[in-house]
Amino acid sequence: MKIKKEHIKFILGCILLMGFQIGMANTWTVCATCENNSIKETIARATDHDTIRIEKGTYKEFEILVDKPLVIKGIGYPIVDGEKKGEIFKITSDNVTLDGLFVINVGVSYTKDNAAIRVVQSKNFLIQNMVLEQLFFGIYLEKSSHGKVYHNRIIGQAVDEYNSGNGIQLWYSTDVEVSKNHVQGTRDGIYLEFSDRITITDNTSVDNLRYGLHFMFSNNDVYSNNTFENNGAGVAVMFSKFITMKDNTFQKNWGTAAYGMLLKEINDAEISGNTFEENTIGINIEGSNRIQYHNNDFINNGWAIRVIGACYTNSFTGNNFLYNSFDISYNSKLNDNVFEGNFWSSYTGYDLDKDGVGDVPYRPVKLFSYIVNRTPETIVLLRSLFMDIIDFSERVSPVFTPDELKDIRPLMKIRP
Amino acid sequence: MLKILKYSFYDLIRSRWSYVYFLFYLALGFVLLFLNNDVSKAVITLMNVIIVLIPLIGTIFGVMYYYNSREFTELLLAQPINRRSIFMGQYFGVAGSLTMSLVLGLGIPFVLYGLLRSNAIFDFSLLLVTGAFLTFIFVGLSFVIAISNENKIKGFGYAVLLWLFLAVVYDGLFLMSLIVFEEYPLDTFSLVATALNPIDLSRILILLKLDISALLGYTGAIFKKFFGTDLGFLVSMAILLLWTVLPILGLGHKAKRKDF
Amino acid sequence: MTIEIEDLHKKFGKNQVLKGVDLTIDEGHIYAILGPNGSGKTTLIKSILGMVIPNKGQIMVLEKPIKKDWKYRKQINYLPQIANFPPNIKVKELIHMIKDLRNSVADETELITLFGLEPFLNKKLSTLSGGTKQKVNIVLTFMFDSPLIILDEPTTGLDPKALIRLKELIQKEKTQGKTILITSHIMQFVEEVADEIVYLLEGEIYFKGNIEKLLKQTEQTNFEHAIATITNIGSHA
Repeated sequence: MKIKKEHIKFILGCILLMGFQIGMANTWTVCATCENNSIKETIARATDHDTIRIEKGTYKEFEILVDKPLVIKGIGYPIVDGEKKGEIFKITSDNVTLDGLFVINVGVSYTKDNAAIRVVQSKNFLIQNMVLEQLFFGIYLEKSSHGKVYHNRIIGQAVDEYNSGNGIQLWYSTDVEVSKNHVQGTRDGIYLEFSDRITITDNTSVDNLRYGLHFMFSNNDVYSNNTFENNGAGVAVMFSKFITMKDNTFQKNWGTAAYGMLLKEINDAEISGNTFEENTIGINIEGSNRIQYHNNDFINNGWAIRVIGACYTNSFTGNNFLYNSFDISYNSKLNDNVFEGNFWSSYTGYDLDKDGVGDVPYRPVKLFSYIVNRTPETIVLLRSLFMDIIDFSERVSPVFTPDELKDIRPLMKIRP
Repeated sequence: MLKILKYSFYDLIRSRWSYVYFLFYLALGFVLLFLNNDVSKAVITLMNVIIVLIPLIGTIFGVMYYYNSREFTELLLAQPINRRSIFMGQYFGVAGSLTMSLVLGLGIPFVLYGLLRSNAIFDFSLLLVTGAFLTFIFVGLSFVIAISNENKIKGFGYAVLLWLFLAVVYDGLFLMSLIVFEEYPLDTFSLVATALNPIDLSRILILLKLDISALLGYTGAIFKKFFGTDLGFLVSMAILLLWTVLPILGLGHKAKRKDF
Repeated sequence: MTIEIEDLHKKFGKNQVLKGVDLTIDEGHIYAILGPNGSGKTTLIKSILGMVIPNKGQIMVLEKPIKKDWKYRKQINYLPQIANFPPNIKVKELIHMIKDLRNSVADETELITLFGLEPFLNKKLSTLSGGTKQKVNIVLTFMFDSPLIILDEPTTGLDPKALIRLKELIQKEKTQGKTILITSHIMQFVEEVADEIVYLLEGEIYFKGNIEKLLKQTEQTNFEHAIATITNIGSHA
């Protein structure tokens, strides 16, 4: 009995001790007048799972290596100024949290992709509430996984592609969640290369030099509820499989070589509920197969959809095509792509049986768009009376445009 | 000449047709602005109207005026007035009153709408300038046709054919040559072919000022490079001016030799 | 000599209208230019006015060649055959306008009263009847004081009262020493007003002289018959 009591005491003591050990995780405070006035040195002193609080102030430091699991938290947005000397934070350990810092002045280099925050071969990281300005690359995830990039603000001032970097870049990374970030003025807002199972939600990516979002060789990713506006060329999804694109807004990507979205060599994707508004080209599709386009809105684009090269087994259903200069442009055969049950604002047919579906098929390819595909220079006749006349006559009795390219069940009313 | 101009102009601005024309533009301006609420969209629609309708109205009005006022012209010819002045006066009277209908008809709703504070004012002025040029060009051409043809029906027919040619057939031929010669570099050709037809030139000048020019893509970039510069703008204005002056010279030439 | 025409030729297409007309018009006389339809009367008058440009020949008006000149028309009052005025102008404005265009003094008030045009002064020309228009036409012609007056079918559409007024007007102008050229199809009118007859046939002057000479040559007693049988004269004037 006594022994037992001793035993229990010992076990309790052990538990308490362990608890103390864990609770012993220290909190370090960094400020200009504190004992610890350097982030770098404080990290070196800290032990695993410590928390470092950085008080308001300016810290001129760069190449800050975070090589142990730490929580680094800014109080009142302290400024970490890299003075353009190189990279600022480099995380090489798992379980690191960066929170609430104002990071500026990343060194621009033509040989190294310097980033404000680089995460290398780490897991379970959390980067949140950061503000990054005057940067080259913003957040660069390299061979990392199971992390989260949440609610950061990345403002670049990129002018030329060759000396600017990407806002958020994922390279060989998996299972990362990127959400509620705002990226602007970088080369590519968000760039994914060889990165699978990434979730990108509720971000805004605007005014970037090249693409708002750029996929290369990345599979099984999802992006939804993002807004991409006024980027140099729009959003590019290339050489990737099983991408889900939902409820995003692509707008005002307006320029001679701009589009809402570029699909190149994409297979088995789903594109639904997106809004494409005021883009030169809504979706530019090259060699992409088995893609479901449904319930998207195409509003006031130059071309809503432009198809280049062979694309097989795509289906376009339940989309709204509203006031686009050209709804569809095709330069190849139809290749068993299906258009059905879409609403076309320029449809002039009738619905005698009142079932909500037009009785006459709609042909979305104008003769002019067919001719422009053949001979691009003919675009100079845009909005000439001659073109209006021949478009009209072609619509009445098609001679040149592919006969099978039609929506046999055009909606009479706009899909709500 | 100024006296004739004054009287022709006076006569015209009191005619029913001038009112109709003026009210048409006024209504168009108001409808576009107050239903659409977007100045730049209104400018696009107006461009479509202007490049088709102005040449047509200019042509028909010019021919009609010439033939209708033939007896009066003869009355004037017996007066101690230089022949050239009579025809120039009438020409400027017609073109001037049409231009005034256009400028006031569209100007009033746009000014009321607050154009002066909008940055579309330059596009809009360009629209009016090209509209005025097209009016002068096509009234001039129709006068030359009318003075060369005693037969009203013939004159009317030729004038409408001319309009049809410049507004429609020309673009058809242009398109065909672009397709036939698609193997060759066509930039210079399309630039020249556009510049030669006042309707096409006006269309491109206006298009390039609008957002829609992005649709022109690569070709548009080349056009923009040319027409977008001060030199290109001057060249296109010079071409429009040439198109205006040539019919006037032709009119003067014909007037000197014509028997009445 | 008011007008001197030498060897005047005019061709409209293949149609040779005037084939060498020589004509002298002396001051202070009333000349009637007559001839069948298509004989070249109107072409001759229009040549004098400079509205038709001759292929060959010379015209002198008041001792000056008219070629490439237009100021000489200040010396001519012309009444065109069909008066078609701009429709949207009021009579008053038209009169004012012609005065303005000619830039010379005119006295129209007397003429307006003479033809009873006061009620029409504020009416638009398109609302006037043919006869009233012709009256306006006459007012426009006679309101200026010029040495030469050319009247092309002045009687068209006139009522008898107006016709009498017109004749009086012509005589009055004559007494002021003016030269008057008239074409008309109304032989009675011609007989009454004209001193000299110029008969055109196929583009040439077939007869020129006064009525007496004409009656003598054609051996007729009636002027109208004389004109009808004028082509029987063997020799040219």
